[in-house]
Amino acid sequence: MTASAVLVRADEAKRTRRRGGIVPPWWFAVPAVLVYAVVVLYPSIAGAGSAFTDWSGVGSARTFVGAANFKQLVHDDQALGALRNTLLLTVAIVVIQNAIGLLLALGVHTRIRSRMILRMVFFAPVVVSPVMVSFLWKFVYNPAPDSGLNAALGAVGLGGLRQDWLGNPSLALWSVAFTVIWQCAGYSMVIFLAGLEGVPAELHESAMVDGAGTVARFRHITWPLLAPAVTINVMLSTVGGLTLFTQIIAMTNGGPGYATDTLSTVLYKQAFVYGKFGYSTAIALVLAIFVAAVTFLQIGYLRSRETTV
Amino acid sequence: MKYRPRTFLLEAVMIVVAIAFLFPVYVLVTLAFKDPQQIANKPLGLPSPPSVGSFGAAWREAGLGSALLNSTLITVASVVLLIAAGSLAAYFLARTATRLSYGLYILFLVGIILPFQLGMIPLYKLVDDLGLLGTYQGMILFYTGIQLPFTVFLYTGFIRSLPADYTNAALIDGASHLQAFMHVIFPLLRPITGTVLILNAVQIWNDFFTPLLYLGGSGHETVPVRVFAFVNQYTSNYGLVAAGLILAALPILLLFLVLQRYVIRGFASGLKG
Repeated sequence: MTASAVLVRADEAKRTRRRGGIVPPWWFAVPAVLVYAVVVLYPSIAGAGSAFTDWSGVGSARTFVGAANFKQLVHDDQALGALRNTLLLTVAIVVIQNAIGLLLALGVHTRIRSRMILRMVFFAPVVVSPVMVSFLWKFVYNPAPDSGLNAALGAVGLGGLRQDWLGNPSLALWSVAFTVIWQCAGYSMVIFLAGLEGVPAELHESAMVDGAGTVARFRHITWPLLAPAVTINVMLSTVGGLTLFTQIIAMTNGGPGYATDTLSTVLYKQAFVYGKFGYSTAIALVLAIFVAAVTFLQIGYLRSRETTV
Repeated sequence: MKYRPRTFLLEAVMIVVAIAFLFPVYVLVTLAFKDPQQIANKPLGLPSPPSVGSFGAAWREAGLGSALLNSTLITVASVVLLIAAGSLAAYFLARTATRLSYGLYILFLVGIILPFQLGMIPLYKLVDDLGLLGTYQGMILFYTGIQLPFTVFLYTGFIRSLPADYTNAALIDGASHLQAFMHVIFPLLRPITGTVLILNAVQIWNDFFTPLLYLGGSGHETVPVRVFAFVNQYTSNYGLVAAGLILAALPILLLFLVLQRYVIRGFASGLKG
């Protein structure tokens, strides 16, 4: 999950010589490698391979079609719309979820008396299944004017803002994004909290003696020292956003129309609704390359930020 | 840092935020305790009198008893296998500095970034060919494999920070490698094993998509799959659906309340890397 830490560890592994002691036998790794090869490696390689075939999924009959699936993808309005939705969702989730997570962490990292119970409240949705959180929010987004969120808006005199939250094509994607943010903000909060605990109190104290205000101390002490937590949070929410699936299937199933389809839901429908397994794995390969590219770009940028502070 | 007026103001703001944050939960709980008449008349008000009839009906209709059993079985077995296979492999990877061990480590790390969607369809065919569709074994094999990269990553980092001397003493006393691992090393790994256990258990328990694909219609469905089918069946009976969702989420929430200190610490330390 922590791809930056992953690369750091990889460097270490290369450098570290065995620190004395007796080497464990190689067969200690065999069970893990076998299961990993069967469940992850082989299927991923096979998936990448069948992206260049016309595999229908029934039986093993398939023909090599070269780049035909990818050519089809470039002209597929539904898939292109899904790509657009995926990117919009990801940007919204990364920015808003982490901003809220940071504010919550700063709030509950202080001496307020309710901090422990507040941490629990904000974190609790993280442990609940995404499919159940999605259904919970379907109640909140009930289109009837006197139900859920609409009723609450009416009760506080904002009745004019009532919406068909999931039925309005230009709104549905943001409604889904908000559900994801509600569930995962506590996750970001906990990682930022772990980062805040690593900021030495003496730094803040001496800055206060020097007359630095709250904002200045945040800018010059807390924020730079939070860089590793930012890296981890951004990476996690990016991969989460790019591969978002469950919440969409449970809340909108990609609708209305194709307004909330993402790469994940489109590749799922192509495979299991239309039986186009070859085309579906081509979309999956594009998704994988996308995730890998974005991840590596982020690691490069965010880690340079970490080391220059 | 003392409790000052500014702290009080912050406390007030945070509590208001928390109340707004809990609004969806209020909607769910009040719906579950209302009868259809009350839901129609006062959709947002408090239930009066509260009716608990929905809960019994939801429990039976959603088949939650057997779903809980299925989820527990699959989660426990997968986590046990993950801890066993993951810690053994990580011990080898952390304590050897050969090309093989470095290559294997990188191979595992790749699995952290790889989206599962890429292998989803070939794996579905493979599970089908092995006759494991709709079985517990298929699900346990899947979760063990898919969660291994993360597990190996956590264990390897932790073992590298441990001194190597402990096992040498045991081996010199005539213990086999496996005995030395089980009696000397594994107990030392307790803190990271706690993190591995919590992170994997939450992930596996809550997963929806894979069990939907592999277990749909088998009678072995896990809680999220059963709830999905239940909600789609009773879509317009809000009270019943709300009660079902509460019952289904309750076990993991109760576990969270009991273990919350460790859960939050586990998440933070597991992800700090």
